[in-house]
Amino acid sequence: MTTLMETEDEVMLRDAARGFVAESAPVAKLRENRKAGRAFDPGLWREMAQMGWSGVLVPEVCGGAEMGHRAACILAEEMGRTLAASPFLSTAVVAASTLRAVATDRAGTALGQIAAGDVIYALALDEGRKYAPESTAMQAERAGNGFRLTGVKPLVADGSAADRVLVLARTAGAPGDAVGLTLFDIDAARAGLTRDRLDTIDSRDHARLIFDAVEATGDDVLGEVDNGLAVLRAGVQAGQAAMAAELLGVAGGAYGMTVGYLKERRQFDRTIGSFQALQHRAAHLWAEIEVTASAIANAGRVLDKTPQDAQLAVSLAKARAAQTVDLAVREGVQMHGGIGMTDDYDIGFYMKRARVGAEWLGDYGYHAALVAAARGF
Amino acid sequence: MADTDATLDAFRAEISQWIETACPASLRGRAMGEDMIVWGGRQWQFAEPAQKEWLDAAIERGMTAPRWPTEYGGAGLSRAQEKIYREEMARLQAPPPLESFGLWMLGPALLAFGDDAQKARHLPPITRGEIRWCQGYSEPGAGSDLANVQTRAEDMGDHYLVNGQKIWTSYADKADWIFALVRTDREAPKHKGISFLLMDMESAGITTRPIRLISGKSPFCETFFDNVKVPKENLVGERNRGWDIAKYLLTHEREMIGGGARGLLGGRSLGQFLGGLDGAMDDPVTRAEAMACEVNSLAFAMTMERYKDQAEAGQGVGNASAMLKYYGTELNKRRYELLMNAAGSEALEWDGPHGGLAPEWLRTKANSIEGGTSEVMLDILAKRVLELPNS
Repeated sequence: MTTLMETEDEVMLRDAARGFVAESAPVAKLRENRKAGRAFDPGLWREMAQMGWSGVLVPEVCGGAEMGHRAACILAEEMGRTLAASPFLSTAVVAASTLRAVATDRAGTALGQIAAGDVIYALALDEGRKYAPESTAMQAERAGNGFRLTGVKPLVADGSAADRVLVLARTAGAPGDAVGLTLFDIDAARAGLTRDRLDTIDSRDHARLIFDAVEATGDDVLGEVDNGLAVLRAGVQAGQAAMAAELLGVAGGAYGMTVGYLKERRQFDRTIGSFQALQHRAAHLWAEIEVTASAIANAGRVLDKTPQDAQLAVSLAKARAAQTVDLAVREGVQMHGGIGMTDDYDIGFYMKRARVGAEWLGDYGYHAALVAAARGF
Repeated sequence: MADTDATLDAFRAEISQWIETACPASLRGRAMGEDMIVWGGRQWQFAEPAQKEWLDAAIERGMTAPRWPTEYGGAGLSRAQEKIYREEMARLQAPPPLESFGLWMLGPALLAFGDDAQKARHLPPITRGEIRWCQGYSEPGAGSDLANVQTRAEDMGDHYLVNGQKIWTSYADKADWIFALVRTDREAPKHKGISFLLMDMESAGITTRPIRLISGKSPFCETFFDNVKVPKENLVGERNRGWDIAKYLLTHEREMIGGGARGLLGGRSLGQFLGGLDGAMDDPVTRAEAMACEVNSLAFAMTMERYKDQAEAGQGVGNASAMLKYYGTELNKRRYELLMNAAGSEALEWDGPHGGLAPEWLRTKANSIEGGTSEVMLDILAKRVLELPNS
């Protein structure tokens, strides 16, 4: 019977992941990274690879752990809880799922490198303010047997650390057309590609990628030419679900920190957690997190079982997660009072990561509209 | 025998075949109005013969109480089987053969707390729809503070003598028996002197009076007890320990009320209802609210299932069930606000183009009050789940 309850294996994985990030990637680590001017610690990513996390979606035949999407979501959630920074979503989730769907020999080799932690991927998709892949304008002009890519991807997650970039460019049609887009897998060091590291609010790795007649061969094309959105579907859905899970973890982390504070902080000669006004808001937040947790678990289950029919489940998860994490971080800062506004306190980090994550691969409005469409209105 | 995918697939095939055969086609695919509900009881009149046919078939197979043991008239299904049964009932758009407070509340309480004689006497008539039960909990002075029960049962040696008043007793005017909380010890702290008592509504001294709500006619009644003699064997569980049973049933009731948020206007989906209102979804505010309600309803329904699975697996959710009551009822109120807005002037008559939409909308306002208010639910969560300090 399909159940949203966690299996024994899943509980073990969660416990192990929670223990690892608490030890090796607590929120203090994010502060340390920020101070050191780096977006993540390569040593931490190597350890995650050794534990099989980078290969969580890589088939065993390619050297991966092949644990599935529910497992990937559990890992993402636990990383979200402490804001553990790594290229997990771009590489282990989006790139791995995309390459797996492409299923060529070359993709198999790349999957092996992902599992081994030897390669970091970034997904260069959006060009505008909002997630809208069909609006892609970047040109991939045909040149001889290959293509020349020209255009700008203004905000690419893990864009400066990436060794390789999955980039979507237009080979036919006009911006707004869902067809005529092609997905390329290219070396980030290729001539003509400039990467400017961006200073984003979440202190994570983001870069502006400028393509100036970057050469790509036919071998660099993933899947069919002009059919890039379909080629990306599996990767994007996996990424949306995993980001939703990360945001659930961010919400849970902010909630835990806030309720902890309510139990400690004294004002008017009593613990502020004894005030009913705050109790009811905290209890409401807990309820929202519980309900969202079901949608996250469901998305993982559906991606594992019937991936061809996962959009409703995935969009439901991302829509709920975006709303819930927004509530969690707003309540978190407010209930911490003045101290919540200071950079010395960690709660602000949660608010910043939540804002970035809510945008990535579609915000609440984008996904709620997909849910509505799938439900017949 | 443990369920496997294979046995469950076989069960699904078998049960859907049974529903198709046993449930007359004339009952299927119809809007689930009050007129379609079969409550049973001594005075029950079927609205149409097909309902009796369906009920008889269900009784025969124990399917009025799918999870109850077969010895008491149930079908002894596992949780997984029951889930499949519900899915197949929904898919085939078959109405429940029988609904009652006996099935939802008293039965589970007797199975958990009753003695063998009580189970043997009271459970089979419930599954056969012969006895209709009502619940006597609230009193004029005991609403959210339910344990403040004042209706008293005095020990007269060979019987109890009951005096007092209950309020919000749904369908008391139509029920055959009542299960009630009564005070058996006036000296003890308020939670400790309560007992759980069963009474035949035909007993001398019991009278009822219906209550009219803002939504119009309602099943709610006031029930008065004036020197009612009750046999001692009708006390369930231990004397003065009735609060344990009350708490157990409140959990049930809260899940049930919370779960009510899943159904809508005779089983139609939000999309179906709004799609039928020409142009309603062109309004951006309606559209945004409809999307929010749908997103939340889907995630909430998944949470109901997850909690039931956890309870079944022995990972009791306990006080967390207060969340289902809180979330489900608030969501239901929000959905009916949306429907009223979308239907606009077509929703302003008591019985207009959308039937009883207006009274249903008004009735949802009670959802977050009955069975414990939303505020009480949040108190429970804050204190018992979040473990925030007392004020």
